Parts: sequence; C-alpha cells; structure tokens
Amino acid sequence: MKKEGEVRISSGCAISGIFCRDGRRLTGEAIKKSISVMHNRSNGLGGGFAAYGIYPQYKDFFALHIFYDSPSAREEAERFLDRRFDIINLSKIPVRQTPRIPDAPLIWRYFITPLPHLLHDSQLDEDEYTSRAMIRINDSIKGAYVVSCGKDMGVFKAVGYPEDVADFYRLEEYEGYSWTAHGRYPTNTPGWWAGSHPFSLLDLSVVHNGEISSYDANRRAVEMYGYSCNLLTDTEVITYILDYLTRKQGLTLEECSKVIAAPFWTTISIKDEKERKTLSYLRKMFSSFLITGPFSILVGFSGGMMALNDRLKLRSLVAAEKGNTVYFSSEEAAIRAIEKDPDRIWAPRGGEAVIVTLVKEEGR
Amino acid sequence: MKVFDIRNNGLEEMRKCSGEEITLTGCLGERYIGCGMKDGILHVEGTPGNALASYLDGGTVYVDGNAQDAAADTMNAGLLAVKGSAGDALAYGMRGGRVYVLGDAGYRAGVHMKAYEEHRSILVIGGRAGSFLGEYLAGGIIIVLGMGYEGRSITGYFCGNGMYAGTIYLRTETEPLNLSDKLIRRSVGEKEKEDILRPIITDFASVFSIPAEQCIEGSFIAIEADKSKSYSQLYAAV
Repeated sequence: MKKEGEVRISSGCAISGIFCRDGRRLTGEAIKKSISVMHNRSNGLGGGFAAYGIYPQYKDFFALHIFYDSPSAREEAERFLDRRFDIINLSKIPVRQTPRIPDAPLIWRYFITPLPHLLHDSQLDEDEYTSRAMIRINDSIKGAYVVSCGKDMGVFKAVGYPEDVADFYRLEEYEGYSWTAHGRYPTNTPGWWAGSHPFSLLDLSVVHNGEISSYDANRRAVEMYGYSCNLLTDTEVITYILDYLTRKQGLTLEECSKVIAAPFWTTISIKDEKERKTLSYLRKMFSSFLITGPFSILVGFSGGMMALNDRLKLRSLVAAEKGNTVYFSSEEAAIRAIEKDPDRIWAPRGGEAVIVTLVKEEGR
Repeated sequence: MKVFDIRNNGLEEMRKCSGEEITLTGCLGERYIGCGMKDGILHVEGTPGNALASYLDGGTVYVDGNAQDAAADTMNAGLLAVKGSAGDALAYGMRGGRVYVLGDAGYRAGVHMKAYEEHRSILVIGGRAGSFLGEYLAGGIIIVLGMGYEGRSITGYFCGNGMYAGTIYLRTETEPLNLSDKLIRRSVGEKEKEDILRPIITDFASVFSIPAEQCIEGSFIAIEADKSKSYSQLYAAV
C-alpha cells in the first residue's frame, strides 16, 4: 500500500461558518452538524473551530488557548507570561477523551491582561504588547504553541475529523454568536495539532480551503514586520497579513480583500476611474501581500466575519442567509443540513468579499 | 414510479431498477449520484453532492433543487436538467448530450466541451453564468438566456478564453467584459436563430414546462473563435 503523499486522492478541505447578526448565541452543535456533512472533504489529519462571544464573563481579558508538548514547556511559558501579564484565571481546557482523537498535547487556557506599568513603559497599545509576546512564545519557547489569544473568542483544534474535534472539546457547552469550522486535507504540509486550522492572532482567525502558491513571498514580506511563521503551513501567513493590514496599516477588510485577491490588471483597466485608482493603489502599495493560488477563506473577527475567494474562484464557496443568520460553506449541502429553507442562497464571485457584522457594529 | 430515500435505502435496491423511472429523495451532499447512468430516468430531490451525473451515458437526471460543483463532468450522452442553479465547473469536458439549468451556473461552466462525429454537446443556462464560461471550448453549443438579469451582464470575465471551436450564444445586447482578441462576436440573424436556437430552446422550455417564447424572444449574440488567429500559430509559424 502506498503511503500518504504518494497517492493522489482528489479531495479538498472543507470550511463552514455561521454568523448571527443579532448577536444571538448558538452552541457548537450547529457548526458541528454543518461541517460533518462534508466529512469526505477531509481525511482526519486536522479539524478545528473558532468561536466568538464565548467568554462574556472575561470579555475584557485576552483569552489564551495554548498547546504544550511537555510540562516543562508549560512551566517556561507560564514564567514568561507571569513576568508580563496579570493572569486572571488559568485552567486546563475541559476535553472529552475519545479514541478518535489520540496523542493530545497539554491544552491550557488563560485569561490575562498586560501588567499596567510594563504596558505603559513599552509605549505600545495592549494589542501590540500582547501580540508581540504571543509571537515570542511561538518563536522561542520549544513545545509551546499559542493557538489563539483574542478577547471573548477561542480556537479549538486538533488532529482528527472536525466532528470528532467538536466532541473532544465539548463544543456543545460553549455559546457564541459566530462560529467557523475547518476539515483538513493536508496536501503539502504535515497534519499536526498546531498546524490545524483555524490560525489566529488577537481576535482574527482564518480557516482556509486551498493552497497558497505565493506563500514564501508572502512569508518573507510579513516576517519583515515582526511576524514569525512557525506552524509549518501556508494558511498561517494569511492571518498575519490581515493583522498587519488592518491593525497596522488601518485598511478595512474590504480593502484587504482587494490586496490579497487583487483583480487582474486587465480587469482593473475596465473599471471606472475612481475604482481603477483605488484598485491600482492597493495592488501597487501592497504587492507583496497578493495571495496567488486557489483559496476560499473565512475570517472571523470580533463582531464580524468575512468570506473571500481567490480572484479566479478556484475553490468553492456558498453563502446563504435566513433572517439575521448568515451561513458560509464549501458546499450548499452543509448549509441545508442546518437551514433547510434559507431566504437567499448564492455563490459570491471570485475576489468579492462578503463581510457581515453585528447589527450594532459597522465598519472595520 | 418507485421512490427511494438515500438515507434509508441501499444502493443495491436501486440498482435493481436499472432502466426504470425512479425518484431519490433526501439528498444532502452525496457525491456521484447518477454517475455513468446508461438508461432510465432519475428524479433527484434535495441537494445532491458534487459530480452529479458525471460521465452520464444516456440516462436522464432531473434535479428538483440546486446542483453543487462538477455536475455533468465528462458527460457522454443523455440529459441533465437542473431546476435550480448549478455550482462551479458544470459540464466540464462534456462530449455529448444535453445539460439544461434553469437558474444560474457558477464559474467555469462548459469548459472544454467537445463535439465529434454525430455527438454535439449542448449546454443551456436559463439565468447567468460566472467567469470563464466556455473556456477552451472545442465544440458544441452553449446558450445563456439571462432570464432575470435583463439589462445586466450575464457572463463574468474571460468568457470563451482560449476557445477554438463551437459557439457560445448569449441573449444580450451587451458584449461580455474583456473579451479576448482571438474571438469574434457577431449578432445572430433570424435564420440562425430559427434553425439552430429555436429547436434547442423549445426543448429546454418544454423540459421545465415554461413558455418557449419567453426564453427565445429578444436578440442573441454569438461568440466564436477567430479562425484567422489560429492557436496553431501561437507556438510555431506554419
């Protein structure tokens, strides 16, 4: 029998997302049901979820989800955190052991806030202070991987099929207004715990179906701005690009979509003058962040979600809405499984971002 | 007519009905439904999965709702009729038979469709099509009617890019965006409309039980390869 990597099995990853514009909070059961319809798109080498609105009692603190390979990695990371942050609460993340999810690392959760005097002396805002610390943990503490560090959100991921990952993390016990999910079928890189999707920094999280042909060019570009790609897979770089463009360059996500999925020059040339100028500016100014190759992604952020395809639409993506609830998925069936009768169901065009936000929050 | 539920009935039971007319209910993302079917009539209810009616080889498949990606992939003969919309890569490399979609088609519909000997593949889309419609078209006929999109663009970008045979008919007065300079675009005259389009569109309308006249009224444009700019000269001057 041939080993994985020697055979070509035509499949693809699966992504799914649910967003309640009215802020209504759903347990993890609906997203589990949706992603499980696409079981055959993944191969058991990675599954994961991002959830927003799940920690209302700690919403002012950064919620860290961290994987440790060993107790010593945990001790080292906790010493590191303790010197820089107030740790408000810490605990193991409760899991339900299942034979379908073997070899789990140590999985811990912390609610933290920067030590005020250190934050003041650093002359940074708390997001930058915290994100630098998290990048440093991933980069320099062996066997410690921060998988999410945003406020009132968290990433739950593992090696396994997504529906088993949902059971493992007891996602039916969490309630969020926004959920994304990923079933992985790794093609170029290993399937391992920290390399499963979503990839997250601060409140941004990304799930991705596809592969990035421009990965190394993108990686070199973001690493110039203090990011560090350690997780052995291409999707990580999308998270850092979006963090850089939104938080450091002040771009809206709509503008980001025109950078990472920039239209072809021939397409730009037939736009009206104002749009042509904007699109040309974004393509030229941020050319190293153009992502080529096939992708469909869901980007979660505090108060919203963005769905985006590459400009050629080389991966499938379907959107639907029912009242105040919005659904995205790789396949229509995964939406129909949880909403039989949507008000509207459509396929967004390549490079055309669909951005949904809580009814009260506009912009970003 | 026998009715099967995909969630409860096994494939074996359905296989016994080869050549008959059956209904399959409760579909939710199951792939390869109707794949390679040689005869008989299959009614599909629910949302069938990818590669629906791929390699279809003479059978008839009716879909009540929408089809996902890669429907009618490399289809050989028969009829696929989708009452809703179809996903991406519809009728890829189709070699013969008819594909009718009453709603919209996604990206890359009819890529590399062919015609050979007496086989001529026919793809009719009632709504609009996404980008790369009929890319590398090698034969056959694609018709986009644009119902519900009157006065708006009914194709995306790169329509017919790289095609070298076959014809794309669009019921529109607006030329598709950024049409390649290796293609010619012409208006369709009355005779061509009556001789070529009317029989196909009448059949399309009767399959969905809608009035044919509403599908055929108005003017069509045709897009074909410009034979004077043959691709054979792209790499080696002959």
